[in-house]
Amino acid sequence: MYDYTDFDEAFVRARTEQFSDQVRRRIDGSLTEDEFRPLRLMNGLYLQLHAYMLRVAIPYGTINPRQMRQLAMIAETFDKGYGHFTTRQNIQFNWPKLPDVPAILSALADVGMHAIQTSGNCVRNVTADHFAGAAADEIEDPRPVAELLRQWSTDHPEFQFLPRKFKIAITGSPNDRAVTRAHDIGLRMVRNAAGEPGFEVIVGGGLGRTPLVGQTVRDFLPKADLLPYVEAILSVYNTLGRRDNKYKARIKITLHETGKEELSRMIEERFEEIRPLFGGHDQALLARIEAAFAPPAFVNAPTDGYDLQRKADPVFRAWADTNLAAHRNDQYAIVSISLKAHGATPGDATADQMRLIADLAERYGHSELRISHEQNVILPHVHKSNLAALHAELRGTGLETANIGLISDIIACPGMDYCALATARSIPVAQEIATRFDELKLEHDIGALKIKISGCINACGHHHVGHIGILGLDRAGVENYQITLGGDGTETATIGERAGPGFAYDEIVPAIERLVRAYLEHREGPGEPFLAAYRRLGLAPFKAALYPAEGARDAA
Amino acid sequence: MSRAFTPKVVTANALLEGDVIYLTADDRWSRLHHEAELIEDEAHAQLRLLHAQSQRASAVGPYLADARPGPDGPEPVHFREAFRTRGPSNYRHGKQVEQSHV
Ligand code: SF4
Repeated sequence: MYDYTDFDEAFVRARTEQFSDQVRRRIDGSLTEDEFRPLRLMNGLYLQLHAYMLRVAIPYGTINPRQMRQLAMIAETFDKGYGHFTTRQNIQFNWPKLPDVPAILSALADVGMHAIQTSGNCVRNVTADHFAGAAADEIEDPRPVAELLRQWSTDHPEFQFLPRKFKIAITGSPNDRAVTRAHDIGLRMVRNAAGEPGFEVIVGGGLGRTPLVGQTVRDFLPKADLLPYVEAILSVYNTLGRRDNKYKARIKITLHETGKEELSRMIEERFEEIRPLFGGHDQALLARIEAAFAPPAFVNAPTDGYDLQRKADPVFRAWADTNLAAHRNDQYAIVSISLKAHGATPGDATADQMRLIADLAERYGHSELRISHEQNVILPHVHKSNLAALHAELRGTGLETANIGLISDIIACPGMDYCALATARSIPVAQEIATRFDELKLEHDIGALKIKISGCINACGHHHVGHIGILGLDRAGVENYQITLGGDGTETATIGERAGPGFAYDEIVPAIERLVRAYLEHREGPGEPFLAAYRRLGLAPFKAALYPAEGARDAA
Repeated sequence: MSRAFTPKVVTANALLEGDVIYLTADDRWSRLHHEAELIEDEAHAQLRLLHAQSQRASAVGPYLADARPGPDGPEPVHFREAFRTRGPSNYRHGKQVEQSHV
């Protein structure tokens, strides 16, 4: 992976020093909160419901074992022994104390990490396919381009005060695992007629209070043009984007107010203007970055042990069936380590778990790790002959759950257990759904089903693109949960449809159970997953299951 | 006819730890909701909020939250404020444990 150059190192150290001084001046009273707030937010420090929260960037979800161990050390020394991985592939510490934050930032800098631009109206952490560099279906590893974007956007003087925050997602695969259509800019690698790799450029996607699927402004952008083109988009948005109304400030609104034709024309015009100014420097830099992302030296060894172990051990087989994905080297597998043990908080890892994951990555995974936006940890390169040993080490640690892509692999934002913006809790809803379906032993029978939960309209839990989405609201001082159905975050991105009136806190889990039972009843067979059944059947049978009393009334 | 005033407490987060804090009648910041001053008059509420806002070195983001009288002192009305008196529901962290020691 990319290691900090002297320049990166000096930059991060300087920022840490600068912020340490700002913290000192806040504590001694020289800075008021109004003065300090924008400074702390620029450095990823929020004040939440019960405590401060520090959001640390994990660029495009890539992290090495040494960094993971440092996160464990920070969790233990300065927090309550755990960290929370988010849908933005970041990690959040929920309990830092203000006087400790400089020490935390300096511990992060020691391993080439920071919390810069994890907040504020700037280009945020660029997110990427969590199988990047390993997936069987990948055209090219998208991370060198993501790293180029990171370097370009970090402290970019023109783009520090955008109308609103700006999120870029990138995938190198035709199967979109990075939700690119729900980002301000989505970049999806494709090949042109000549077989050359380039990008489909999608603009104006986003969830939140106005959920919209992004629109393609360029079907094929040659790879070499990427940086000037992205800069052209930012530049046009920086000019047109509304600063008068926070709710209309994202580029998705600019797109709708300006129209795709006109916006595309302006982007192309700006692109023509600035492209010559890049003078090939971006390409020289990209070439250097690409060298840092060279794949590991794959081992060539027999895999028949794996086949035998699968036959011999049903627990291992169940785990392998759900938690492995196809690697481009067929002797290898991509391993997803679930941070969704039934009843646990989605995305949380203890310091011990982080250290174990770091050890396992070194022992079995060429020292590579990724964090997924679905709040799990990925070992992208594990030789099949090591899978059984890896699984054996996971057992008993809370990391062995065989549920990737299943009903208990729930995305949940922190909600009102932590987040100051929340209108309801989301974590306990996720915990209870997972526990309930584990009790019912129905999870594997149900098959692929993505539940996503947000604790407010900001939709950090991606509920709009969940096959089942749950949105927690405050209805007259009581928690209330709205269900959406049929959402999809992949290349066939769709915003879910509202099923009807919301449910009280103690009604939401039974409602989900009725919904899932209706699916089991109506599906054509185990080969028809929830989303396919929903697309075939429409809302009606699910609505009837959710609101049985109303059906009875209609029939009466 | 003016609407009845819902009683309030002044609450904020502590500057150093971020803990939820409440303004008491004798101008202290307490970690305990029931020690807060229950303010039953709108004009007085504004004065207390102003006082809280002047406490820059100890309190961040003070605001007035609805409250009601209880046997041991003021109690929160809204569920958000009730959570703030306890801590998160997924772990026994925050006030719910710290308070069991006092
Ligand atoms: S969706 Fe709302 S409650 Fe959840 S983390 Fe985002 S802002 Fe907070």
